[in-house]
Amino acid sequence: MTDPIRVLIVDDEEPARVLLAELLSRAAGVLVVGECGNGFEAVRAAAEKKPDAVFLDIEMPKLDGFEVLSLLDPAIAVVFVTAYDHYAVKAFQVEAVDYVLKPYRQERLLEALARARERVARRQRPDPARLAAALRPAGGWAGRIAVRDGGDVHVIPVSKLDYVEARDDAVALKAEGRAYRKTQTLASLAASLDPGRFLRVHRSFLINVDRLRRLELYSKNSHVAILADGTRIPVSREGHARLKALLDGRGGPAA
Amino acid sequence: MHPIFARPGRLISYLAASLPLAAVLTALLGGAGAFALGEAAAVALPMTLLYAFLSLSVWYPCRAVPLEGARWPILLATHGTAALLTSTVWVVLGEGLVRVLESLAPFAGLAALYAAQVPTLFAAGVLFYFLSAGLHYVLISFEDARHREKREAELAILAREAEMQALKARIQPHFLYNSLNAVSALIGRDPSRAREMCVGLAEFLRKSLAAGERRSIRVGEELSLARHYLDVERIRFGDRLAVEEDIEASGEECLVPPLLLQPLVENAVVHGISTLVGGGTVRLEARRTGNRLRILIENPYDPEAPVRPRGGLGLRLVRERLAALYGPDAIFAAKRLEGRHLAIISVPARVEGAS
Repeated sequence: MTDPIRVLIVDDEEPARVLLAELLSRAAGVLVVGECGNGFEAVRAAAEKKPDAVFLDIEMPKLDGFEVLSLLDPAIAVVFVTAYDHYAVKAFQVEAVDYVLKPYRQERLLEALARARERVARRQRPDPARLAAALRPAGGWAGRIAVRDGGDVHVIPVSKLDYVEARDDAVALKAEGRAYRKTQTLASLAASLDPGRFLRVHRSFLINVDRLRRLELYSKNSHVAILADGTRIPVSREGHARLKALLDGRGGPAA
Repeated sequence: MHPIFARPGRLISYLAASLPLAAVLTALLGGAGAFALGEAAAVALPMTLLYAFLSLSVWYPCRAVPLEGARWPILLATHGTAALLTSTVWVVLGEGLVRVLESLAPFAGLAALYAAQVPTLFAAGVLFYFLSAGLHYVLISFEDARHREKREAELAILAREAEMQALKARIQPHFLYNSLNAVSALIGRDPSRAREMCVGLAEFLRKSLAAGERRSIRVGEELSLARHYLDVERIRFGDRLAVEEDIEASGEECLVPPLLLQPLVENAVVHGISTLVGGGTVRLEARRTGNRLRILIENPYDPEAPVRPRGGLGLRLVRERLAALYGPDAIFAAKRLEGRHLAIISVPARVEGAS
């Protein structure tokens, strides 16, 4: 056996945490590095204690299990442990290592642990698309975006979002005069948002259409969007066509 | 549509039933001495069939002026006018028929004979109209009774379905799974609390199954069931779940359908307390004011929590059940107010022994 696998336990019910801790710490080569009672704590603990695997409940206060997953280092193996079976498909989409239904046998939990070990040993990183899938609630568009800032978590309701700018492998979200950085591609973020409210007007920009005040012609082929707070956002030719199509359908401000 | 056309068999029996009238008409025409028997039959038979069709239109004035609650002058004026009109049309059409017959050799001179009999025929037409109107009213009342029965049966089925749904939903399987998981956790560390939870769970199940068999239950019993449920949940949620009660004895004595409150108490925990890191207090209130029973279930919740699936099912069940059992006499409101969720039920206060 090499280094023990570092495990973080996240569940809002104390007895459920106790059971996970008891069964996991009894297994050989496991180090339980922390127990958390809600999503905020979990994100902070994951940043500080660098677990290899997280055993994660889904329905919890503040952040649900999928939101927590979207804020974790993608290298961390996630095992969902829940009484609800209707999240299984989504858990598969976000490439969780396993999905254990409560109540469970010790053997079932150890099987999940073995899978987590395997994922960690192979240093296998799941597809970044899992982030986008994790952010989208089942059967709808994201209502809020969770952003990690070191160990802190900010939850931004999408209605407060002004615009998003692509920055290398991350995005900068602007909301209420503040900027938040999130490690995600603009395309995957756009895929989780309601296309009737959030529109990609440029390769590097996505705007909240409710914030749009007017459009100005910038050069022969491009426009600039003026937002409610005066921010000027470049609009490409394709972006202008998409914006026009959306506004015509909505009966919003004329271009 | 006219009920005669609703099924093909009806039209045939209707026409068959009009044949005796053809005989009466033949006797009437032949008996006057002017027509030979063959002539009388040749005129009477087609005219009776003609009238059979004409009188189908009687259904419309009958529908327009239903017997029930109708005033006599309106009834008489409507049917009097319709009778004169129908009879006139009939006699005129009969004239046409006679002219066609006259062109055939055996019926020469028939038109003149017919003209002499017009007043008799007209009177017969009016008489037939009233006969037909009476028949239609009987038919309509049959149809109405059938419709009413069908509607009542449908309503009863709807009420029954709402009940079944409520009973099926009374125990959320996730509650059982989570509770059993907690038992599984406590067995190792705290066997006596694990035992307590097993007993609490069993008591809740036994009482709710027994309550489900009954038609109504005292509010006091219903609340004790809710307490059993909350006791089990408290082992899972620990200090996060507190309960506060404001129950008046007069309210406890009132009767409600069994397990009415269960989905609401469950919502208070699942969509309320469990969304808050620090938890909160579930408040239960029941009181009788005059002839109304009022029940309130209040809990804090996190307005920013992501919406969980299955939300709203419990509220829908309670609303449907109350509507099926009390109709418009039940008031049910669920509102969100500054981070608190309120569910309010107001129904007519009923107690045991009173009808």
